Amino acid sequence: MKIDYTHHQSAHCENGATAGLISHYGVEMSEAMTFGIGAGLFFGYIPFIRLNHLPLTTFRVAAGSIFKRVTKELGIKIETRKFRDQQLAMDILDETIAKGIPVGLQTGAWWLPYFPDAYRFHFNMHNLVVFGKKGDSYLISDPVFPEPVICRADDLRKARFAKGALAPKGKMYCLSEVPAQVDLPNAIKNGIRTVTKAMLKYPLPIIGISGIRFLAKRLERWPAKLGEDNALLHLGQLIRMQEEIGTGGAGFRFIYAAFLQEAATHLNDDRFIAFSARMTSIGDRWRELAVRAARNCKGRAGTEDSFPAMAKILMDIAAQEEELYRDLAGAVVE
Amino acid sequence: MLKEEVPQDQGIADGLKEVTYAVNGNGDYVMVPSAGWEPKNISNYQAWEVIAEQIETARCQVLNNEVSPLAYHMARNQMDIGLLAQYMGIMRWRVKRHLKPQIFKKLNSNMLNRYASLLKVTEEQLQDISLVEKLRIPGQDQE
Repeated sequence: MKIDYTHHQSAHCENGATAGLISHYGVEMSEAMTFGIGAGLFFGYIPFIRLNHLPLTTFRVAAGSIFKRVTKELGIKIETRKFRDQQLAMDILDETIAKGIPVGLQTGAWWLPYFPDAYRFHFNMHNLVVFGKKGDSYLISDPVFPEPVICRADDLRKARFAKGALAPKGKMYCLSEVPAQVDLPNAIKNGIRTVTKAMLKYPLPIIGISGIRFLAKRLERWPAKLGEDNALLHLGQLIRMQEEIGTGGAGFRFIYAAFLQEAATHLNDDRFIAFSARMTSIGDRWRELAVRAARNCKGRAGTEDSFPAMAKILMDIAAQEEELYRDLAGAVVE
Repeated sequence: MLKEEVPQDQGIADGLKEVTYAVNGNGDYVMVPSAGWEPKNISNYQAWEVIAEQIETARCQVLNNEVSPLAYHMARNQMDIGLLAQYMGIMRWRVKRHLKPQIFKKLNSNMLNRYASLLKVTEEQLQDISLVEKLRIPGQDQE
């Protein structure tokens, strides 16, 4: 059986799955709009959480929170479920799609056989949408792939019950009630408010704008503190987190710029076109940082690529982002 | 980033094109497929080299009989003792024991079979690492 579900490739899996599910029920939703209303943009440099022994830098909010926020903002009722019993988890999945309801799943990327080797890590927050079953295989809209894919039941079961950090525990989610009319302008403003608040006022020095400045100061000292080799590993990790599959480029800054552009139309407010352009140039600065960092990793760094020079770019980004969020916050009050 | 500037640097993605966001001639955002970007390739190869090093270290230790072949498979599957124990549904100390060559040799076939199916190798490959294919770093040609 196959549900009439439209697959769109997107940059990021959770945005893509969320946008796809909402659009399925007749409310046209782009990935960027989902990301914006879901208040996905973020920054955090969290040295005490380690990934492969290297500090975590994040450019987006915690997984699952975009889906939760967007559905709440738009008044969509959702059903989510986790399982202990693997067989039950697969049976309920089958029952739900048999009713014609597309189902979002949280999975561990390691076990998905259609993933290219490069993306096979023990990463447990990969979202996809199941929209059909044929024999023993599921039809899957995996948001980061250009076309729908097929996955055998046994592999999908393993992916749903991947172990390790943030294990999915068979988590599935679907929409149970979608209103015919949604208040987009209001949802957009709320989404922007949440982002500006987190980026400007989060009461921790490693989060938001102060987090970017904190990283800048740390980064400048990496070679002295960690030694040359380890400093390069730290730099490499930073680029990977920024440009990893799913960010749409520049640590989600370009997706957010696309959202601001769409917001201009919905709010009928041309100021947002200028905000979008500013976010684009901030994204370009992030990309410039990645270029310089990569030159270091490759051993081809010139004087303009030194650690203090990179720290300076980060400080500049922090200043630009701070100003932009202040202006954005001002534009959505009332 | 302008649409024309979206990088198409083949590498780590192995042909999979992912979506990036860029601005077209009218200043509008569009989604543009990208084959990859050099800084991203460089940083990912850096991570893969670390993995390859860990596997190579494990391989040498297995050949010197310092650890059991399980250590090699663990590295090759990017697992640590904790994760492997969770997947096997056994305590960590038992996995640790199985990393000792003399204990691993005495494992019963049931245990070997469970390890083999989890790590997606045959029981022969589990016990003799020379039968396992060398790790291929994505996007790079094998020598």
